[in-house]
Amino acid sequence: MASALSSRRLRALFTKEMLQVLRDPSTILIAVFLPIMLVFLFGYGVSLDTSVVRLGLIQQSSGSASRSLAASYANSPYFDVTQSNDKEALFADLTAGRIRGIVTIASDFDRRYAASGKTAQIEIVTDGSNPSTANFVSAYAQGVHAQWLASQSAEGKQTQSGGIQVMPQFWYNTALTSRNFLVPGSFAVILTMIGSLLTALVVAREWERGTMEALIATPVTIPEFIITKMTPYFILGLIAATICTLMAVFIFDVPFRGSILALYILYAAFLMPALGQGLLISAALRNQFVASQVALLTAFLPAFLLSGLIFEISSMPRWIQAITYAVPARYLIPPLQSLFLTGNVWPLLLPNIAILLGFGSLFFVLIFRVTRKSLD
Amino acid sequence: MAAPAFTHWPAWARMKALVIKELLAILRDKKGRITLVAPPILQLVLFSYASTLAVENADIVYLDRDGGAATAELVQRIQGSPNFRSVTRVSSEKAIEKAIDEQDAIAGIYFPQGFSADLKAGHPAPLQIVYDGRRSNASQIVSSYLGQITTSLNMSLNAARQDKGMTTPSEIIATNAFNPNLEYLWFVLPSLIAMISAITTLSVTAQSVARERELGTFDQLMVTPLRVHEILIGKSIPPFLVGLLNSTIFIVAAVFVFDVPLQGSLILLFGAIIFYLLSVIGVGLFISSLSTTQQQAFLGTFIFITPAVLLSGYASPIDNVPYWLERIALANPIRHFIVIVQGVFLKAMPLIEVLANTVPLIIISIFTLSAAAWLFRHRME
Amino acid sequence: MTNIVASASNITKIFDAESGRKDDAITALDGVDFDVRAGEITGLVGPDGAGKTTLIRLLAGLMTPNDGTILVDGIDVSADPESVYQRIGYMPQRFGLYEDLSVQENLDLYADLRDLDRDERQDTFARLLDFTDLHRFTSRLAGNLSGGMKQKLGLACALINTPKLLLLDEPGVGVDPVSRRELWKMVKDLTTEGIGIVWSTAYLDEAEACDHVHLLNQGQKLFGGKPDVLTGSVKDRVFRLDHFDGNKREVLASALNREGVRDGTIQGDAIRLLFAENIIPDVSGISGAENGRLTPVAPRFEDAFIDILGGGPDGQSALAKDYRQIEATDQPQIVADRMTKKFGDFTAAHDMNFSIPRGEIFGLLGPNGAGKSTTFKMLCGLLSPTEGNGSVAGYDLRHSRADARGALGYMAQKFSLYGELSVRQNLEFFAGIYGLSGQTAKGRIEAMIDTLELRPFLGSDAGGIPLGFKQRLALCCAVMHQPPVLFLDEPTSGVDPTTRREFWQHINGLVEKGVTVLVTTHFMEEAEYCDRIALIYRAETIAFGTPDDLKKEASAMAGKEDAAHFTMEDAFIAMIENADIVRENSDPAKEAA
Repeated sequence: MASALSSRRLRALFTKEMLQVLRDPSTILIAVFLPIMLVFLFGYGVSLDTSVVRLGLIQQSSGSASRSLAASYANSPYFDVTQSNDKEALFADLTAGRIRGIVTIASDFDRRYAASGKTAQIEIVTDGSNPSTANFVSAYAQGVHAQWLASQSAEGKQTQSGGIQVMPQFWYNTALTSRNFLVPGSFAVILTMIGSLLTALVVAREWERGTMEALIATPVTIPEFIITKMTPYFILGLIAATICTLMAVFIFDVPFRGSILALYILYAAFLMPALGQGLLISAALRNQFVASQVALLTAFLPAFLLSGLIFEISSMPRWIQAITYAVPARYLIPPLQSLFLTGNVWPLLLPNIAILLGFGSLFFVLIFRVTRKSLD
Repeated sequence: MAAPAFTHWPAWARMKALVIKELLAILRDKKGRITLVAPPILQLVLFSYASTLAVENADIVYLDRDGGAATAELVQRIQGSPNFRSVTRVSSEKAIEKAIDEQDAIAGIYFPQGFSADLKAGHPAPLQIVYDGRRSNASQIVSSYLGQITTSLNMSLNAARQDKGMTTPSEIIATNAFNPNLEYLWFVLPSLIAMISAITTLSVTAQSVARERELGTFDQLMVTPLRVHEILIGKSIPPFLVGLLNSTIFIVAAVFVFDVPLQGSLILLFGAIIFYLLSVIGVGLFISSLSTTQQQAFLGTFIFITPAVLLSGYASPIDNVPYWLERIALANPIRHFIVIVQGVFLKAMPLIEVLANTVPLIIISIFTLSAAAWLFRHRME
Repeated sequence: MTNIVASASNITKIFDAESGRKDDAITALDGVDFDVRAGEITGLVGPDGAGKTTLIRLLAGLMTPNDGTILVDGIDVSADPESVYQRIGYMPQRFGLYEDLSVQENLDLYADLRDLDRDERQDTFARLLDFTDLHRFTSRLAGNLSGGMKQKLGLACALINTPKLLLLDEPGVGVDPVSRRELWKMVKDLTTEGIGIVWSTAYLDEAEACDHVHLLNQGQKLFGGKPDVLTGSVKDRVFRLDHFDGNKREVLASALNREGVRDGTIQGDAIRLLFAENIIPDVSGISGAENGRLTPVAPRFEDAFIDILGGGPDGQSALAKDYRQIEATDQPQIVADRMTKKFGDFTAAHDMNFSIPRGEIFGLLGPNGAGKSTTFKMLCGLLSPTEGNGSVAGYDLRHSRADARGALGYMAQKFSLYGELSVRQNLEFFAGIYGLSGQTAKGRIEAMIDTLELRPFLGSDAGGIPLGFKQRLALCCAVMHQPPVLFLDEPTSGVDPTTRREFWQHINGLVEKGVTVLVTTHFMEEAEYCDRIALIYRAETIAFGTPDDLKKEASAMAGKEDAAHFTMEDAFIAMIENADIVRENSDPAKEAA
């Protein structure tokens, strides 16, 4: 009777798997090229910072207050202002998406501004077809206006009426660079891709190429098979994670404030459910094409959409929020972002790691149940 | 029986046979139909409900060293806003720090001593708010919500003071064109039409040649009298129909299920869809001609579609990317079509603007289709 | 020594139908008994779907039988499969090799998996590499080996720790005769070590050489015992018919239609006939053979195989009956005019030069990778020749390739039909693609469905119908437009003799209607059907002529007088060996060394 684990067979299978990994161009593509591409895309291509928004400005009044307000908009670093008095042309630009909002300083602005007891009005029309941009436009337009008011009162032109003066501080990411949280967050997508998509292909490939049949007829045991199928992709995942981390820190200047050890423990914990899911899919489906489709839909897409990477989980409908609890990536992203931007926040790290390991164990139990040494 | 004249067979009959075969290959078996129907629906549901950049249900903590009426008023206003789930009072600065570190709250507010008194006196009253910068996007949005609330409080305080002869000299009246209430779904659904029809059309096209190669029927097809352009046309029509059907279904769903207003012309929209689908089919045929297995075709699709979706202007504004990347993204058909579909839906985009955005699609289709034809010929041997 | 290493008694194996319905379940094996003796090769033969692979998988412990017991080396396979895995070597149909690992890495892997002692390892590898002659290729990736070498490596991997029982599932499929013969010799040597070997095969000459043979049909065992016993059952009933006046194909058709003729095949210019029992064999009733000479010949296993399975097909091809008569013409239908194909520096085919007249079957033979496929592909327009030109049905391949394609029918090995489409959809597709439409298409399709009895399968996926029908369907699709020229690429590779006979009966019928046929094959029995053959080796034509010419030439080369007993396979091997000798002698590098 063969023992459940023989170090020789483990080593032999591991060597075989490793050689296959190194020789299969699609492995290298998924494990090296795609991660680099994704980090670059998230680093350069996806940015939720609204840095400069193109804005139309109609100045119908020519008094000094109007001129100074218009200049404030024109000088604002947040806006790229096109000044015009052709309302229709500006509205056409808004429709075409060439500008994102129109600020109108009405003809009675200076008069009402100067008159006591009256409030001059500035009209802003945003392009509501993209709600987030619209929100930013009105918020920043308000901001410019508030600053302008403050500077006016400082010069004594108007009596400042006091009021709440909000002083916001953004901790851990003072400049509010979205890259700083998107790039580490994208690692969840990348590790899911390697863990689930790539491994979904590997067992299915053994079945398709008929090598599984030959393996079954040897004394190889199921634990040996699963362990050696997993290890190379685990290593590959850690390598990809290392590449991504280095790119984040050295190319995209994302700060790293936690400990390296905690980071790797977190990566390792996340790879368990990711690999488990991939192996489960391919062991159950035995067909590369179907396995890759299923992996895409059940692992990749959720890691993208339901992990909190780009879209706030708390804003989703309840039933979708319920689904997100089954997405391993949602347990990776908060501690990962914290390791980069805050430090070792143990109360965030430990429970998430525990949950990830729990998911991993569940997948492996299922894998042992569906993998049988039989063609029946 | 007379020998058939081989040269005079009508090309359309051959292509018709090929189109029927391709459609059957896609639709006949259950697995194929499922992969055609399930992913788009899943994507529709996930994207339309999950991909919201709005922040609702935000959690806030505050530290009240003031104890005055204005503090209570502001807290109440925050609590009353639909965007916040919980506004919790804590008793120390440490507790605010902890709540933010552990992501129990996205923002923390310090009400300093004398806050209410300053306000009452008409003095500037500083209010410090700290945000979790790790979630910079959500923080910014929450910050704008809080900004709106404080502004409106200021205004009502001013209004109260107006009676005493003091006024705000100017104020901003903001309105949102095309989408007055900033309904997020109005933005999401038109974009989804663009993305999902591209994904489905591309997957179907990319598999078509690769599948024949892998299953060994490619040679069989190549020894028939079908000419290369007939094969390519025959293989383009089924994905075209699939894409057309997909976009139609999603347009109908957007209007009738999700109540997105359709302001513009459907004819213009479908005119643009034709070239949009052609440009995507060109990419698909290119990938397919390059691949020898379905696996490779799948990876090729993946490698194209991921950046195409990320750089489409959907997840984040395309204006934000570096200039060189923005230039590259000009070759992305999804990017151009999203402008058209959003414009036609919400803005009643006029013909000239639709055309301006369709021209790039036409150029992309000409380029990708010719590249696919070239590659197909060169990979025959 | 009759030491039994494996025995199966009363084995039944039922597969659940895909539909899940009990009625559709397939009984792959139905109460089969089976013994394997140590030191012997036990052959497993039978038509497709007989249950050969299932039986081997059951012996390997890869499946559990529904009923019956299997003992391997005294161990019950169902009870303790792990111990069985230690005692067997198994080579599945696709060899079970990792194509992206090298020869040595594959060996290392299986050595470790089978716990081969470290001390023994070097000796074992040396022995296996000697034995398989793979020493030169240890660092080559298994995927880059030729079919024959893959097979040897598969065998070596299965032999790593000298198993008690060696299971080989159709090791000869798709491999040229030279490799097949080498493999047989290797396995034969193993019997001296006391290994019990199970060899499943579609090649009946191999079955004939086994110590014991089990013949399965539809899950039931029809025969079990020494092959001579079965061969003996057709003793004195097999004859060679030659020196007749008529056309050999017409004579064969007429003979097969005659009462009392169980089977017939073309052997070069002669015909081999199997008569029924209690019939006095004569040429009466065989038109065209009135003056023919009937000489008794030694029966082969294949004769007995066909006999026990109910005889060969009728002489008439229903497909050919409705086919149009191809007009007579002096113009050659397929011409290769000094065709050469180079891929970079590598010359895949050099100076191919032949012309095939209307109504001839022309065979391209040669080992794997010799260049016959390249030549074939150039002629059907899949590859452009680097030099030279060709034509099909009078259409120049350089300038009127589309017309040439319209004039040819094409059938590849593995029947490249659209498996996910139904039988009817396949027929309609090929009708449409060849420009048939409306009533013509409908009529042609209906006629084919009726003559080839495809009706019960019309709605089924083409990928799921029995192999014999798949072959019929592929042929229907290839000749839907009644082309004057037919290209066949290893059309019966891996197909059992019964199905192969039916196929050739159709081809013979079509040729009588004037169709010209170009065929590539590994199967030497199939080569006998050809009118002329080009033997291609290392990108060159090394022999050219009728099958009988080649046999004569080869027997002269080998220094044997008796060409009549020289089979086509003998001829093939002799000529390849001779070409190697000539090459080595003329190789200046070798001389210098």
